[in-house]
Amino acid sequence: MIEAPDLSLSALSPFLFVFGAALVGVLVESFAPRHVRQPTQVALALVGTVGGFACTLLLAGRGEVTAAGALAVDGAGLFLQATIAGLGALSVLLFAERALDPARSAFVASAAVPAGSPRDRELLTDERVQTEVYPLATFAVGGMMLFVAANDLLVMFIALEVLSLPLYLICGLSRRRRLLSQEAAVKYFLLGAFASAFFLYGLALVYGATGTVQLAGIRQSVTDDGTGTLLVLGLGLLVVGLMFKASVAPFHTWTPDVYQGAPTPVTAFMAACTKVAAFGAILRLLYVAFGTADWTWRPLVYGIAIVSMVVGAVLGLTQTDVKRMLAYSSIAHAGFLLTGVIGLDAGTGSGLAATLFYLLAYGLTTVGAFAVVTLVRDGDGEATALAQWAGLARRSPLTAAIMTFLLLALAGIPLTSGFTGKFAVFRAAIEVGAWPLAVVALVTSAVAGFFYLRLVVLMYFSEPAEDGPSVGVPGLPTTIVLAVTVAATLVLGVVPGSVLDLADGAARLVG
Amino acid sequence: MDTVPATGLLASSWLLIALPLAGAAVLLLGGRRTDRWGHLLAIGTVTAAFVLAVLSTVELAGLDERSVGVDLFTFISTGRLDVGAGLLVDPLSMTFALLITGVGALIHVYSVGYMAHDPGRRRFFAYLNLFVAAMLLLVLGDSFVALYVGWEGVGLASYLLIAFWYTRPAAATAAKKAFVMNRVGDVGLALAIFLMFTQLGTTSYEGVFGSVGLLAGGTVTGIGLLLLLGACGKSGQFPLQAWLPDAMEGPTPVSALIHAATMVTAGVYLIARSAPLFDAAPVAQTVVVVIGAVTIMIGAVAGCAYDDIKKVLAWSTVSQIGYMFLAVGLGPVGYAAGIAHLLTHGFFKAGLFLGAGSVMHGMGDRTDMRRFGGLATRMRTTFVTFGLGYLALIGFPFLSGYWTKDAIIEAAFDRGGTSGWVLGGVAVLGAGLTAFYMTRLVLLTFFGEPRWEDGVHPHESPAVMTLPMVVLAVGSVGAGFLLVEAFPLADWLAPVFGEPEEATAHAIPPLAVSVLVTVVVALGVLTAWLLVGRREVPTTAPARVSAPVRAARAGLYADAVNEAVFMRPGIRLVRALRVVDDKGVDGVVNGIGAGLGGSSARLGRAQTGFVRSYALGMLGGAVLVAGALLAVTAG
Repeated sequence: MIEAPDLSLSALSPFLFVFGAALVGVLVESFAPRHVRQPTQVALALVGTVGGFACTLLLAGRGEVTAAGALAVDGAGLFLQATIAGLGALSVLLFAERALDPARSAFVASAAVPAGSPRDRELLTDERVQTEVYPLATFAVGGMMLFVAANDLLVMFIALEVLSLPLYLICGLSRRRRLLSQEAAVKYFLLGAFASAFFLYGLALVYGATGTVQLAGIRQSVTDDGTGTLLVLGLGLLVVGLMFKASVAPFHTWTPDVYQGAPTPVTAFMAACTKVAAFGAILRLLYVAFGTADWTWRPLVYGIAIVSMVVGAVLGLTQTDVKRMLAYSSIAHAGFLLTGVIGLDAGTGSGLAATLFYLLAYGLTTVGAFAVVTLVRDGDGEATALAQWAGLARRSPLTAAIMTFLLLALAGIPLTSGFTGKFAVFRAAIEVGAWPLAVVALVTSAVAGFFYLRLVVLMYFSEPAEDGPSVGVPGLPTTIVLAVTVAATLVLGVVPGSVLDLADGAARLVG
Repeated sequence: MDTVPATGLLASSWLLIALPLAGAAVLLLGGRRTDRWGHLLAIGTVTAAFVLAVLSTVELAGLDERSVGVDLFTFISTGRLDVGAGLLVDPLSMTFALLITGVGALIHVYSVGYMAHDPGRRRFFAYLNLFVAAMLLLVLGDSFVALYVGWEGVGLASYLLIAFWYTRPAAATAAKKAFVMNRVGDVGLALAIFLMFTQLGTTSYEGVFGSVGLLAGGTVTGIGLLLLLGACGKSGQFPLQAWLPDAMEGPTPVSALIHAATMVTAGVYLIARSAPLFDAAPVAQTVVVVIGAVTIMIGAVAGCAYDDIKKVLAWSTVSQIGYMFLAVGLGPVGYAAGIAHLLTHGFFKAGLFLGAGSVMHGMGDRTDMRRFGGLATRMRTTFVTFGLGYLALIGFPFLSGYWTKDAIIEAAFDRGGTSGWVLGGVAVLGAGLTAFYMTRLVLLTFFGEPRWEDGVHPHESPAVMTLPMVVLAVGSVGAGFLLVEAFPLADWLAPVFGEPEEATAHAIPPLAVSVLVTVVVALGVLTAWLLVGRREVPTTAPARVSAPVRAARAGLYADAVNEAVFMRPGIRLVRALRVVDDKGVDGVVNGIGAGLGGSSARLGRAQTGFVRSYALGMLGGAVLVAGALLAVTAG
């Protein structure tokens, strides 16, 4: 007789909403006529993500472990789930933009047609659109939300795959520069598989050492028996797998290539949501499972944070492509986020709240920045070469102003959310005595600030090129995204109090 | 001395500042629409402020605790730093408020006539209102920070008004000079305030004066000297005196109000207000006295040599403020005497400037006294009022200057010892020189043969100008007696400076001092008459003159010294710094940039685009991670 595990349906409601919407999306894709698919799919994806967002809000304040110990419902998890769902909804809006590309979509009409073939050229200008991206993205959002709630290494692994597989696919769906896009997808898939293998191997080692895959069980085992070689090696491999997803150096190599090749709305989605999900899992693994043995991993994370900040900031200096530059910025920000992880200390540190706030602020700003990238276009689609952005402020002062503001936020200038976030994580690191890390973080912030400001200078003080790009007039979806992200970046910078309090109240991990 | 919360009318003393400030705002923001009635509004606000000041003073006089605090709002509150904005209404601040609003109102009225034909009249009145507001904040603030805000405010207004005719290169240059020299002083004041912050954590008068005793002697002296530097800059005292005569490029009402009666006395106010600090720092006090004495002589000597009527009056101001510095530097015996002289000086010097303005108005804006002469009959009211101001200034018995200046000279002698004799001697000599150059001025302007240029038709000024002159002349005659004998200022200011001590032993009997001074003054007048009044006055200044006269004409070479000691080395320093900046700092910065860029390019080569090398990189990273973890656990 097998007992049914306890299952709190209300605690599962965010997942049910998102995955439900995704499944219905698959059915719509199969049975609905072509002309109604796009609006239906967009609506479904929005219902799923916004519904998931609403469900997490309703769950606020809960703290329990459910589904036979496989899922944790706690403040930090819910905050991250809400962040992922919200950023996911914004990304879906970017996917749905129809006004910018002459062919009405950033996604290829038929992904199976070989790139560069006559059929492909025909389809390039066709108004047919690929609508599989919506259920795929919704699945990815669901996987990410599960990822940050997983209280069991196996569930975490499944969530990792659920979020990764759709991403590999939609990375290859760009309508323009298809070879680059497909190359990115294959690279991401291969390296992602490699990273998954690390994670799985680490899982196996941990199971071998402790006899359990549940985080609470591992914690118990670590507390009782200490750390053996097997367990430590397992921890290392798990960390490698997670750091890969979070694009932390030295596991970042895929990031620039994939960010550049993927369709820009997908890049925005990856840069924002995947980062949040990966850091959620990192926090849970390190603090719930290995929190009592933090002396083992603390020096490691310390070193990785420095490497990531330095690599991101220094390599960003010589980039000539806006999307690649933002990719290196993402790597540097991963390092800044790790300072917050270091600053998390049982009892004293404010690192958890700081990291949560940083993830929210960074995600919003990044989605906004990539949304601006989708606006600047020439005959071949998006104009992402830095040189093409010269003098943009003359062509479109508003676009340049929005981009400038978002770049300043990424650089961490006061009165933007970036400053509040950086201040919070650096302070958390200093509180636990990691001030050398904070010093490195400040120096690398300054170095990274250089390449953000270089783009600002380029936009405002350079002569526009003769055949420069034009700035598209966005439709309603992108306009909403820009308005929300800019407003949030400003509000979180000027009056961050209430959101900081919210993050502070949510800063709790059960398990 | 305890400060009590404000009640009644005193609670609204912020209106004193708000009224003229609102006037300035309306005039500046209202633009041309206010051209027609703007000056009336300006007069209205200052007059209302004067009435309010009078009523407040009456109410204050009726209180037992004559020190009233008015809390306005918290200005800065962060960490240990807590700066509240509040006002302090006490006898000293109200005395100044009365002077500022009273003389200010008169000069506003006068300016209506003086600036009648100027296209920028609205702007002029806006700046004047702004000045009055800032000056009132300076004297009414209850902390050094509030004082500093007002201090910078009057500096700004002064700069704007000196450069009022900014199309004249001389005016623009003079404004810049005043600005720069004031800045030197302001740095001193700012540093003094920072010192108070770091040492005491407060800048309120109450807090600072209450804890002077906690400070080391050196610190108090340091704060005192820095405050003195600020005071010297604002009040045109040695070694920062050279800007004041140049400031006469501004319209004459400005010279009267700002550069004679009120703003330039802010330094005296600062030192008097900081009396508890200076009383605890004898060294700083001595420096104040020395600077006062030196400045008396510089101003008096230079005043003898100039032919420009306003510049002579300006040097006279420098010299008279030297008397006030001398007085407040003498400590408790001198504070009230210094303030009394400041008040009477406010009357007669403002009157003299307005008279000079009236003369210029009649002479087509000329200022060269060698081309005046014989104006006594043409401009009767001006002559009489100017004459009364002149007599008050030189210390003619029983007029204002006689009472207040004699008190200072007496206090200087009473200091005792050699220093007392030296200071007293300087003060008496200064009085003689004052009599000389002022008599020379009056003789050149009002007596003798007319030496007017062609096309000049002197005429009396309109009533709107002469009326304020008459009022000020009455003040010049009576104020001294009122303040020293009838209603002694020392008693009124007792809550601030302590009860006046009756000096028991005088170095020289007061009567003897009076007689001595009067004789010296008479000698000065006589000399002037012998040298100037009896002779033919050449219409151009003689070129072949003795060395002392040349020195005096050059303002005792203050500008030359400034140029040689500060300006040229400064320029050289800036050039050297630029070289260091270009070669050194930029080199380092560019080097860092190039280094980062180079390493970025080199690191970037790892980004080959091949999945195999990426995978290898990840594997390497994973090996490092595993190795590091093992090393940590094993170690």
